[in-house]
Amino acid sequence: MSTTDQVAEAPALGWGERLRKFGLMLVSPRGAVYLLLIVLLILITVLNPRFAEPDQLMRFIQRVAPIAIVAIGQYFVIVAGEFDLSMGSLVTAQVIIAGNLVGQDDSRSIPVLLLMIGFGLLVGLANGLLTTMLKVPSFIVTLGMMLALLGGVLFWTGGAATGNPADGFRQIGRGGIRDLPLIDFLPWAVVVLVVLLALAIWFSKRPFGRTFIAVGDNVAAAHYSGIRVWWTKTAAFMISSTSATIAGVLLVGYAGVHPSVGRGYEFIAITAVVLGGVVLGGGRGSVVAAVAGAFALESLFTLLNFAGVPSTSRDAIQGVIIIAAVAYAAATFGRRRRRPARPTSPAGEEQAPSPVPAVPAPTPATGDTPQQGGL
Amino acid sequence: MRRGIRTAAGVVGAAALLVLTACTTDPSVTTPSDDPGESEVEWFDQALFDKQDAERGVVPEGPEGQPYLQHINAEMVDTSEYASEGAKKACFANASISNPWRQTGWITMNEQLKVLQADGAISEMETRDAGDSDDTQTADIDYFIEEGNCDVFIISPNSTAAMTPAVERACATGKPVVVFDRGVQTDCPVTFIHPIGGFAWGIDTAEFLIDNLEEGDKVVALRILPGVDVLEQRWAAAEKLFDEAGIEAVDYFTGADPAEIKKIISDELAKGDVQGIWMDAGDGAVAAIEAFEDAGVDYPVMTGEDELSFLRKWKETGLTGLAPVYSNFQWRTPLLAAQMIFAGTEVPQEWVLPQSPITSSDLDEYLAANDGMPGGHYAKFGGEDLPGYPTVWQERIIP
Amino acid sequence: MTAVAQAPARRRRRRLDTTAVVYIALAVVVVIGAILVAAFADRNFFSPGNIRDILTGMSVLGLVAIGQTLVILNGSLDLSVPYVVSLSSLLAAETMAGNPANIPAGIAVAIAVAAVIGLGNGLIVTGLKVNGFIATLGVGLIVKGYLDTNYQGSAGSVPPAFQWIGATGIGPVPVSTVIMLALALAVALFLRFSRTGNHMFAVGGDAGVARLSGVRTQPPVIVAHIICSIFAALAGLLLASRLGVGNPTVGTAGGYDLLSIAAVVLGGTLLMGGRGSVWGTIGGVAIFAVIDNVMSVLQVNPFLKDVVRGIVIVAAVAVYTGRTVHDRRARFARKEADR
Repeated sequence: MSTTDQVAEAPALGWGERLRKFGLMLVSPRGAVYLLLIVLLILITVLNPRFAEPDQLMRFIQRVAPIAIVAIGQYFVIVAGEFDLSMGSLVTAQVIIAGNLVGQDDSRSIPVLLLMIGFGLLVGLANGLLTTMLKVPSFIVTLGMMLALLGGVLFWTGGAATGNPADGFRQIGRGGIRDLPLIDFLPWAVVVLVVLLALAIWFSKRPFGRTFIAVGDNVAAAHYSGIRVWWTKTAAFMISSTSATIAGVLLVGYAGVHPSVGRGYEFIAITAVVLGGVVLGGGRGSVVAAVAGAFALESLFTLLNFAGVPSTSRDAIQGVIIIAAVAYAAATFGRRRRRPARPTSPAGEEQAPSPVPAVPAPTPATGDTPQQGGL
Repeated sequence: MRRGIRTAAGVVGAAALLVLTACTTDPSVTTPSDDPGESEVEWFDQALFDKQDAERGVVPEGPEGQPYLQHINAEMVDTSEYASEGAKKACFANASISNPWRQTGWITMNEQLKVLQADGAISEMETRDAGDSDDTQTADIDYFIEEGNCDVFIISPNSTAAMTPAVERACATGKPVVVFDRGVQTDCPVTFIHPIGGFAWGIDTAEFLIDNLEEGDKVVALRILPGVDVLEQRWAAAEKLFDEAGIEAVDYFTGADPAEIKKIISDELAKGDVQGIWMDAGDGAVAAIEAFEDAGVDYPVMTGEDELSFLRKWKETGLTGLAPVYSNFQWRTPLLAAQMIFAGTEVPQEWVLPQSPITSSDLDEYLAANDGMPGGHYAKFGGEDLPGYPTVWQERIIP
Repeated sequence: MTAVAQAPARRRRRRLDTTAVVYIALAVVVVIGAILVAAFADRNFFSPGNIRDILTGMSVLGLVAIGQTLVILNGSLDLSVPYVVSLSSLLAAETMAGNPANIPAGIAVAIAVAAVIGLGNGLIVTGLKVNGFIATLGVGLIVKGYLDTNYQGSAGSVPPAFQWIGATGIGPVPVSTVIMLALALAVALFLRFSRTGNHMFAVGGDAGVARLSGVRTQPPVIVAHIICSIFAALAGLLLASRLGVGNPTVGTAGGYDLLSIAAVVLGGTLLMGGRGSVWGTIGGVAIFAVIDNVMSVLQVNPFLKDVVRGIVIVAAVAVYTGRTVHDRRARFARKEADR
């Protein structure tokens, strides 16, 4: 099996090498989500050949974009060993704020956008500080924030928003660049997603980005290494809130303003991240896999739409897929943990494989070989 | 090795479960709607269907220009036993204010309350909000019975069968009980106030679509939730009529989420042409229309609701449309009925309020009357003559 | 002189038990609530009707929360409870079908099906090694799919004899509350005195250490999940009794999944497992019920109710996790001080 451990090896690899490793990874358990995604996309195309047309594909990515973006945010939180249940309410709140404050006045778009981002950062900061300073479990903090945010914004607007804001603001989620040579229509949402994904990948490879995985894997060790745990976790929550804000901006364009927009997004995000092989409890996983999980989830729903499966069965199918995906990842990770340490690995990985806990608790598992969150 | 077998077993087991689920729910590739036999057996009631069909054509009795006081085919009931002087206390067990329709009605009801307080008919109205929970509403009604010192119980039940025991207990106190919106399965309340009903909605909308489409055309039905009788009846009637007229109708549950609606319509448009949209409530109508715009195809023939966002979009796009209503002004009637009961005036046992859709000829009039109202406001809210008009609805101040 | 001076230094400061803190918090909330209700609504908080309202509000959530306590003690979670509640209410109502002779059968069917679901949860968590959050989320969705497909609204009918349980009381105390407290006692005794109960604490605290100590780590988790689902079924039965019918949305309308977890954590049980108490959970449920009651009597805007709930959850948990983290007995410090 391929390894991503590049600490002991030279960082520069040829493209052929990278391609070979990618191919090997695809058939490995870590690549399961990519395989699932490819299978689903093929099935959709079989059922509806028009799906493979460039403009249809672009529209598909446009509608997955908000989900993929919240998956990125949730990834950083989960990999750091926490939960963010407030994402859905924050998306709804931001959507309603946009609708009410922008109104029909296009010139207000930029100030309101800045306000929304500021508000999102504030929520993330609150989540982070409550979790790290008051030592309240993040599950509880974000649960409380979810209730308070939604109740607060509905109270402010009297339950329903004034309506869709001016078209200018909505262009981000709905419009795009037209009349391009190959693909004809490039939605802004796709551009935003690609930029954010690139940013996330770059960030996760930076030293600060790596501290997230360290903190998620073993808080004590991270603390003793000099990492400011409170700042890392707070940053994770702020990233997650910002991603919810951006998703909200896109949804204002795509879906319009309504109090039910964004409902359930936290569970969708967690499901996407988990499908992507990120372990609840933190310490391992890659952001690209999380995004792939989001795409896989949405492809599954699209496939069910095309196959004409009644909407009442979809939840059951979603449930089965989630369990199967996580079971597969858990079992194969367990198997790999038992393999004896490789000679070229750094000292940290030479610990004797510890018994796999019977119940993977929602906290960092101790004693597991830390794997870098690469591709 | 063993773990590999266990993994494989787990995956195979999960796959088997998946197949099993698919089998038990019988996905049909050609007509993705729910099994029509099942919903017809559950919700379709021929007698009620015929009754509501007939009521659509009846001219309501009652004061002109005050639809919230009009009634259709009423059997009056004597209330002289309740007649008494003085301002009375009303206790209102509200199912919730969790959707824009209910929020609009709640604002209207409170404005009506102010008028009656000024008149000295009602002293105060204590409200308990059940947050869409049957259990909570049952407890709320029991609390009112014990602690409320109520002179009249006003109840908007969360669901029909489950609220029946609690309503019966309220009736047993001997005080008058007024039920409105969704009903209960008992005749003990003094009056049950509601517009004509779901079947009439279904007939109005289905007939409109059938008249404007051709046989073999496709209609996508967007439904909010399963299991709510006022909504299920709408679809039951429409489905039957579509079936008889040879219109291909597929239905989806959307949860009123505009993103979901857009996805469903986009997928449907990707599969083929869609000529009509049927909605069982107006929430998210705009997203449905925008899906057509995004795909670059012609607008559908569409029925929404009298929610302003739909009315405005309808006007803007010029599509062929109809806005059925579930008379939002019914929120005024319960307090007025309470006033009448204490005055000893006769009230209908079953107070059927008029329910007439907004057609393209009425559209401009309603848009003008509701200028400046938020998108979640309902055009037929009936509160134009109440104090606070129009600010209270424009600002959407929830009491 | 020195002996007297040393004695106070040796006396260990008694730390308050977390459960005691919960009940102190409950007392504070009750006092504040009584004052608010008397001042702004001119009502007596302690009147029979009000007490009944609070206790009724506690019963259903209390049953679910007791089960959830067991699961969380083991370091897992159960998010499938709302659907199990709905399913059991439907199964019970349909089996009884208005006939008093069918009551035992209805109860048995509901509990049996819930036990199977709980067993499924437990096996997926322990056998497939799937995290409790995901496993029960998935199973919950499967049950939801089944409910959505097969039920479009209320179904079944509960005979009046069974409705008696949900409707009557001994004075202001509803029968359902008595049943809930009796079951809480049973579970507390189970945790304290039975081997499986003790093992639950071990497995939740550190599964690896437990296993090395010779504790079989799988049975306690499975038993916890089964009991949790059975309690969810009991909650469903209680709801069926109160409403007279089964309903596919009654579980989700109550928000029993997240609220039960919040009540459990409010009651002092650690979310990561290993420490907790059923009585603390009951205290947490009581706090929620009192706050809901006070807000309803004051006719607080329904949207604000959620804001208050959110703040209370975070604030209350902050109060004791701030303590619990430092609440580690210094094992050798006393001997140091003795020297």
